[in-house]
Amino acid sequence: MIRLRFRYTKLGKIRFIGHRDLARVWERALRRSELPVASTEGFSPRPKVHFGLALSTGFESLGEYLDVDLTEDADEASIASGPDLAAQVTPLLPEGMDVQMVQHIDRGQSLQAAVAVCSWRIEVGGVSPTVLADRVGTLMSAEVVEMVRTRKERTTEQDIRPSLQLLEVDGPVERVTWDEGSLLFAELRTAPPGLKVAELLELIAPEAVESRVCRTHQWIEGDGARQEPLSLATHPPYAGMRAS
Amino acid sequence: MDSLWPHLEKLLPRVQKPARYIGCEDGAVHPVPEPGQVSWLLVYPDTYEIGLPNQGLQILYEILNENPQAVAERSYAPWTDLDALMRSEGIPLFSVDTHRSAGSFDVVAFNLSAELTYTNLLNCIDLAGIPVRTEHRDGSHPLVLAGGHCTYNPEPLADFLDAVVLGDGEEVVTEITAVIADWRQSDPTGGSRHEVLRALAKVPGVYVPSMYHVAYDGPHLRSVTPRFADIPERVEKRTIADLADWPYPRRQLVPVTEVVHDRLNVEVFRGCTRGCRFCQAGMITRPVRERPADQVRQMIADGLRRTGYDEVALTSLSSADYSGIGEVVSDTVRSSSAGRPVSVALPSLRVDAFTVGVAAEIGRARRTGLTFAPEAGTWRMRQVINKLISDDDLYGAVESAYSQGWRRMKLYFLTGLPTETDEDTLGIAELARQCVALGRKHTKSASVTVSVGGFVPKPFTPFQWFGQNTVAELSRKIGLLKDDLRRSSGVQLKWHDPKATLVEGIVSRGDRRLGVVIEDVWRHGGLFQEWSEHFELGRWMDAMERHGLSPDWYVHRHRTEDEVLPWDHLSAGLHKDFLWQDWRDSLESVGLEDCRWTPCYDCGACTGYGIEHIVASAVPPAGGSQGTGQGIVTAPSPVAVPAAVPVVLGGSGR
Ligand code: SF4
Repeated sequence: MIRLRFRYTKLGKIRFIGHRDLARVWERALRRSELPVASTEGFSPRPKVHFGLALSTGFESLGEYLDVDLTEDADEASIASGPDLAAQVTPLLPEGMDVQMVQHIDRGQSLQAAVAVCSWRIEVGGVSPTVLADRVGTLMSAEVVEMVRTRKERTTEQDIRPSLQLLEVDGPVERVTWDEGSLLFAELRTAPPGLKVAELLELIAPEAVESRVCRTHQWIEGDGARQEPLSLATHPPYAGMRAS
Repeated sequence: MDSLWPHLEKLLPRVQKPARYIGCEDGAVHPVPEPGQVSWLLVYPDTYEIGLPNQGLQILYEILNENPQAVAERSYAPWTDLDALMRSEGIPLFSVDTHRSAGSFDVVAFNLSAELTYTNLLNCIDLAGIPVRTEHRDGSHPLVLAGGHCTYNPEPLADFLDAVVLGDGEEVVTEITAVIADWRQSDPTGGSRHEVLRALAKVPGVYVPSMYHVAYDGPHLRSVTPRFADIPERVEKRTIADLADWPYPRRQLVPVTEVVHDRLNVEVFRGCTRGCRFCQAGMITRPVRERPADQVRQMIADGLRRTGYDEVALTSLSSADYSGIGEVVSDTVRSSSAGRPVSVALPSLRVDAFTVGVAAEIGRARRTGLTFAPEAGTWRMRQVINKLISDDDLYGAVESAYSQGWRRMKLYFLTGLPTETDEDTLGIAELARQCVALGRKHTKSASVTVSVGGFVPKPFTPFQWFGQNTVAELSRKIGLLKDDLRRSSGVQLKWHDPKATLVEGIVSRGDRRLGVVIEDVWRHGGLFQEWSEHFELGRWMDAMERHGLSPDWYVHRHRTEDEVLPWDHLSAGLHKDFLWQDWRDSLESVGLEDCRWTPCYDCGACTGYGIEHIVASAVPPAGGSQGTGQGIVTAPSPVAVPAAVPVVLGGSGR
């Protein structure tokens, strides 16, 4: 059976659709693509697709993934190759969602379980680079960072320091809607305890007037190295980012 | 023409369902208006989820954008959370296409489909930065227009609307555009609104409330008359003669977030002459104009390919009446060529075995629930309202549905109908029990949901003279049903809030004096009144009292034949004496057959405009009694009721 892995962006206005909406957008696009997508059994069959790590509504991304299973009898030779298929599917998606690459992959670990680290580019509005760098410095130099969390009505304290792989303030950033802002790069680990971007911002920039969050990469680790589920030949940093 | 997006995107992370505000639909356009073009903002004054699928709005969106003289964008009422943020940040109402401010358009045009959205309309005007009252606007403000079914009585909104369109909008939007373009060209500073309004008032189908003078006799309306000699005394509705000329929408909007009716919608015909006496939509959209079957097939095929939907709804007021519906449905279901199954939805099913047969064809996979609208619980009551479904037909339909695998059924009813007795009301419960009993023969889990709405008499229907039941009376009737169904297993009862029914009643037959009330309710925070969590009767009653108006007078009083009605200067084609006769007939339980397949009664809808039905089949569809005259009394019953003498009109609680 053939499984196709799509890598795509979620940029601009479309970043405000939630996960359910995203699933429906893909469902319609796949139907229009006329790819022989396998369906689930039952009364209302759905296409067999597997989404990767969820992305919060309102966050942008330069690297989202979707795995699509094709029917048993799908003929490998008749399926367009990577770049052609990407070019074929992109026009079927809303503006801001561009398929950057498609590959036939082996069925293996689920995307969600495989991804160990995500890289984030965050614009923090209303907080100056010096203030932010200060707080980032304090946080990163701490050995333990206790965070109070409520899960299933039970409150626990967790040390989230292991989830903080990298935090870096990279100068000021401007927008019409704020006076000063800072650019922050973050690498956060997905394994428990895990740390959400929103939680991170609550820790270091609670007074932010607006934050613009973009997932730039998702990483799979193995043999001491890391790689993306599908890596692009070249990495034009943020070149795909559309003005919104 | 600057985009408000950068300001808006800052607020969106703080509101519920931000995808309501982003646009991004497949089929949307992002026009940049050129000098000389008239820009329209089409607004649905309710949430995006409810407004986006509106077909009328989508049709006009396309027609306007195809017109080289016009561009059109869309907007929907922001939910209260965003509304509050927009007001505190000073962000005006915006279009979802290019996110420009509503105030930068030449025309802001509303679709009016429900009375309870009227306060939202005022809110949208205000949020656009336009004075809510027409007299406070000048040439720098957009013209505020409205169309849709509620405009057949626009008087309660007369203070706020510059112009109102009656009937089908397909042709008239082009004529309106031309008038506005001329005005903009001759008077680029837009100084005088009077000239353009006067010119608009001369376009057939366009009503400009400010060009009419209203005189009262105490509480009663004496007349509504034109202020100038060149303004028509009566505004006639517009009707497109042939739906085949208008294969719209060609590019139905496909939203990126969930909306109601999220599927391909193809209108198979417009108008309905079943003649149900409570149904305003049926009365005002006559005659029946079917779309040719080949065009329907083409629109389905193109639409499914383009949108990626796997469901298509064949829309109309009663789609099972479409000539050859069976073939169209089975062709569509079988056309699942690309290996993907297509399901067909028929909203508003007729209640008979034929319809169930069609539904069975459709619902091979999705046999979850079926909805019927018998509207009344007894044959006597159904004769009064001319919903001529015999008990046999009804039970035949139900039996056939259960035997073909359905387990749940939803039945819609009205209560508070003219001449309704408690026996009629309780007939609803009896009917529901019978349905469950029939179902149990086939499946143990057979169940029926009964949904009961309070009847609101509407303008341009034979019931426009009827005094609506009070809240107390409607509540009593719902109570009767609740008690009666308490021990009936398998029947679930749902009902509409009679308090909301009262407000609909006030507004639907109100006159210009209600403008201050609607404004008052809006100023006191009454938004999204059709949403139960926001509706509050107290706001309306307080406002009525503050302005010295009596709900009883507007709602519960029976009107007399000689009374001047607030919409008498408007016309849906229907002769008033036809409606009056039909009203008297209804009180005598005299039925009226469907004029599609029987001789014309000269109601006026065709005869007045020189048009006629376009129906492919010369005979009614098989398998149903409705409209065929079977078993109905067509002559006055032997026990003659003297005209104009009070008849028992239902409502013992008054
Ligand atoms: S004018 Fe005659 S045919 Fe036309 S809708 Fe009225 S009754 Fe029917």
